[in-house]
Amino acid sequence: MTTRSFGEPIARLEDPRLLTGRGRFLDDIGHRALAAAFVRSPHAHARIADIDVTDAVDVEGLVAIFTHDDLDGRAGEPLPLLIPHEALTHGRTGYALAKDEVNHVGEPIVMVVATDRYVAEDVCARIRVDYEFLPPVVGIEAAREAELLVHDDVPGNVAAHMVQQNGDVEAALAAAPHVLELDLDIERSASTPLEGRGVHARWDPDDASLRVYTSTQASTSVRAALAARLELPLDRVEVVAPDVGGGFGVKIVHPWPEEVLVPWAAIRLGREVKWTEDRREHFVGATHERGQLQHVEVGFDDDGRLLGLDVTVWHDNGAYTPYGIIVPIITTTQLLGPYKPGAYRAEFFSLYTNTVTVTPYRGAGRPQGCFAMERTMDAIAAHLGLDRTVVRERNFIRPDEMPYDHGLIFQDGRPLVYDSGDYPATLDKLKKLIGWDEFEAFRAEARAAGRRVGIGIACYVEGTGVGPYEGGWVKVETDGTVVAATGLTTQGQGHRTVFAQVVASELGVPVDRVVVTTGDTRRFGYAVGTFASRAAVMSGNALASAARKVREKALRVAGEALEADPRDLEIVDGVVRVTGSPAGAPGASIPLATVAVLANPLRYAFDREAERATQFGGPVDFSKPPVAEGDSPGLEDTGFYSPPRSTFANGMHAAIVETDPDTAEISILRYCVVHDCGTLINPRIVEGQIHGGVAQGVGGALYERMVYDDAGQLLNASFMDFLMPYATEVPVIETDHLETPSPLNPLGIKGAGEAGVIPGSAVLASAISDAEGFAVTRMPISPSDLFSLRLARESR
Amino acid sequence: MKPAGFTYHRPVTVDDAVAVLAEVGPAGKVLAGGQSLVPLLNMRLAAPEHLVDINRLSGLAYVRADGDGVTVGALARHADVERDETAYAVLPLLRETLRHVAHPTIRNRGTTVGSIAHADPAGELTAVLALLGGTVTLRRAGGQRTVAAADFFTGPMSTCADAGELVTSVTFPVPEGRTGAVWTEVARRHGDYAVCGTGVVVTLDDDLRVAGARAAYVSMGPEPVVVDLTEAVAGAMYDDAGWPAAGRLAAGLLEPDDDIHATAAYRRHLAEVLTARALREAAGRAAGGQR
Ligand SMILES: Cc1cc2nc3c(=O)[nH]c(=O)nc-3n(C[C@H](O)[C@H](O)[C@H](O)COP(=O)(O)OP(=O)(O)OC[C@H]3O[C@@H](n4cnc5c(N)ncnc54)[C@H](O)[C@@H]3O)c2cc1C
Repeated sequence: MTTRSFGEPIARLEDPRLLTGRGRFLDDIGHRALAAAFVRSPHAHARIADIDVTDAVDVEGLVAIFTHDDLDGRAGEPLPLLIPHEALTHGRTGYALAKDEVNHVGEPIVMVVATDRYVAEDVCARIRVDYEFLPPVVGIEAAREAELLVHDDVPGNVAAHMVQQNGDVEAALAAAPHVLELDLDIERSASTPLEGRGVHARWDPDDASLRVYTSTQASTSVRAALAARLELPLDRVEVVAPDVGGGFGVKIVHPWPEEVLVPWAAIRLGREVKWTEDRREHFVGATHERGQLQHVEVGFDDDGRLLGLDVTVWHDNGAYTPYGIIVPIITTTQLLGPYKPGAYRAEFFSLYTNTVTVTPYRGAGRPQGCFAMERTMDAIAAHLGLDRTVVRERNFIRPDEMPYDHGLIFQDGRPLVYDSGDYPATLDKLKKLIGWDEFEAFRAEARAAGRRVGIGIACYVEGTGVGPYEGGWVKVETDGTVVAATGLTTQGQGHRTVFAQVVASELGVPVDRVVVTTGDTRRFGYAVGTFASRAAVMSGNALASAARKVREKALRVAGEALEADPRDLEIVDGVVRVTGSPAGAPGASIPLATVAVLANPLRYAFDREAERATQFGGPVDFSKPPVAEGDSPGLEDTGFYSPPRSTFANGMHAAIVETDPDTAEISILRYCVVHDCGTLINPRIVEGQIHGGVAQGVGGALYERMVYDDAGQLLNASFMDFLMPYATEVPVIETDHLETPSPLNPLGIKGAGEAGVIPGSAVLASAISDAEGFAVTRMPISPSDLFSLRLARESR
Repeated sequence: MKPAGFTYHRPVTVDDAVAVLAEVGPAGKVLAGGQSLVPLLNMRLAAPEHLVDINRLSGLAYVRADGDGVTVGALARHADVERDETAYAVLPLLRETLRHVAHPTIRNRGTTVGSIAHADPAGELTAVLALLGGTVTLRRAGGQRTVAAADFFTGPMSTCADAGELVTSVTFPVPEGRTGAVWTEVARRHGDYAVCGTGVVVTLDDDLRVAGARAAYVSMGPEPVVVDLTEAVAGAMYDDAGWPAAGRLAAGLLEPDDDIHATAAYRRHLAEVLTARALREAAGRAAGGQR
């Protein structure tokens, strides 16, 4: 066997650098750059009557003020609609700088460039914009009623209306012995990465080239978008994602207005320009997610088996639709979770409001779908007086029914077919982990002590690893270092570690010999991006494929040097040797570093290693050219992975909560997770992903909401009032794993990035409902909300 | 989120500090720990022309405690007060309350006096000062005065301090007689400003009957509210008093507002529940001689 770190919980290779302050994030780059700041709309809906810069132009240090009128060429066009869809009949996007109208508080109107950010903000404060106010549409109800419109030419505020159906739901519901209806409500939240967005651009007039650093999840696509917008040849544009302090979805959106404007200004001014987003800008100028109203109609038999499920979703997409309708599509397809729904019909309306645009945030529509389905499962159990796990179990897709075709189209435009999973086994593990069957004894004990406790459960299935493709490049340097690159980006997940594990294991080198670069278009130009829990599946398999090719070549070259059949060779700890030969046996092994030297025939000996590869370096077969036809010099190769369809991970969470009978405070006593993301590359990293996800799930369930007033002002646009949970609010998370390999890719892996967040609201609503004795239908829930619910029940 | 320009002063003596403050008048602001002021500057919700940094006034970095009370100088950090053993011995309420004020990193920097001067009606120490009937000492060029807490707080984020005045210290007196004091609150997250918080002092007579009960509240009005609840519990045995009635009395006297974290009704309900809880515990402490 070769060195195999694959599957081992090794420590993250990136941590020593990051934890000792040697990370280089966007704001660490370009200290001499000019600074940009923006005048943003203070109004939710208005026409721009006039922009007056008279008082601003004298400020010392001001370099330039730009408005939409200045944006020449394609820079002034509406921003792209990244993911068009036939159901998105009324897609709308904003401009890099608002033209005539603003549709949410925070929309950029004027760009100021100055010697530093302080001056730039001084200038912004002196620019006067006159507005003609338009009445704002705030909240899903107002959007649905459509008495007022966000965009004049979008009737009913409906950006998209879509129906997916499998089977005859009307008939199924009509025939069902039991039918229940539920109205559900999930509020907005947001990715809120610790590092906001940021862009630095440098135009090199001598080279006629542009280099852009941006805190993005999709550098290759930013590059293509910028080349198009700024009308530059693609090969004159480089985009690099430096260290990125979290993304969680928001940084997949591109090109942001600022991402277009900063490079545009850098070219125009011939100076380095940088913009680092501040927290307030992030709240109103980036994107949010989650907000939905849902109506569920479900028919089931006496055992709780689903016969028909009809779901309608009203999705708040905010002011624009730059990322299409991915979120509600995911909600209405992933809602199904591990269950067979009987006849299924899902309809959604994606609605405009005069609030910040909605794009995927970790979970990307799944938490809402999971909420709908799991609240429904609990409702069925309550209605029939059955244990909640029993109802779920009865509706599970069984392992022998895999692959399972739901007869729907998923977010990647491909059939929704589950590849693998063992849901009964997952549930079994979870019940044991939390002690489901012993809970009633605990409840009785607690009750006797005047305490109120409840237990909840929620299950999900997550489509991960969506295409179209990712690529990887692997090269063995002549000193034996292995360098690898993939185009997708990293935001702190530990990709460099897991990719190094994949490459090291395929190649047979120690993992610390592998150096991985991500998200740098100079190093790898073909990529899609980091989203949809796809990095490990996509780039992992692509890098594995590249590494396998490199290995093959290494064995071939080494075989020639050792005069051995490559099939008799193996690579162990960076040394190619005759299989089974003892380490250091003479004539039976050759270091990979030397193989790399030999793989690149040279004319010039620039160092001692290179000498061996020169024309006079050793015995030569004169019948062959130095580089064989079809071969290429060097010990390097590229691989791609393109999946036929998504792979489906799954998991189940259970929680025990306590609700204070007096103060209505809610505390989580236990939180258990059983998770199946196929073959684990690094259990420690998967666990970290789950922990982070659960933290965000708890945030979405108990703390975070975007509080808009009727005028469309976001009242809590700071971390003082937007209550992201602290470490003190996140429970100890107990985890267990199941490894059901995916048959769809050679490594058998499924994505894990988003999983932890998905069932957060569902499981905590389930547990709180259980503690309180009534169904919670709206999340998040605060102690004040719980108090109001109790009052409303008492007065009934 | 960058502050507007200002002139920065960093005096090294109190005399210099009050001289500068006198000179710049209403255009000046004192900078202590900066934990409240700097965010306001960054968001340009405050834009003073002059900032007078008092962090070099090392003579004001003291906590003095004796049997009468605890006096805290303007440069004592929350953490200094929290960790002062003598202060804890004479007035445990201070440490207990400070543990609810923000997080350790913020308490390492933020000052107790700054918190009083800032007069945030959600700031725990404003209520504690009001509850104990404490005093505030202010210096200005050529003079000094001491003001009772009740007169010092004049509204949300506003005090009777004049432009040019520096708060040099505050004094938290130890309540007289056989007393017990407790702070309790409900906050959305650990260390957040409270949704409702209350500090109470219960006084018992020699027979362990309730002689007095007072409570002060944060986040329940425009300034720290102090209410006397003695009438609801006077004369009752410490372990058998009608604390819920005192809670109801308190709730009826308070007029909280709705905000994005809680409704007024919930706040009033919390006041009722927390007041009863805190009074019961305070009475137990008083009976046990624990303060
Ligand atoms: C995340 C966070 C959470 C917090 N949570 C809480 C909490 O739960 N409870 C709580 O009570 N506080 C909380 N705070 C505030 C904290 O306690 C502050 O430190 C305190 O309110 C102000 O002290 P400071 O020294 O930082 O004052 P600064 O911010 O420097 O000043 C605040 C104001 O007081 C004035 N001032 C300060 N010192 C003097 C003086 N000697 N004379 C005259 N004027 C003066 C300043 O001019 C300014 O207007 C929190 C702060 C943060 C950042």
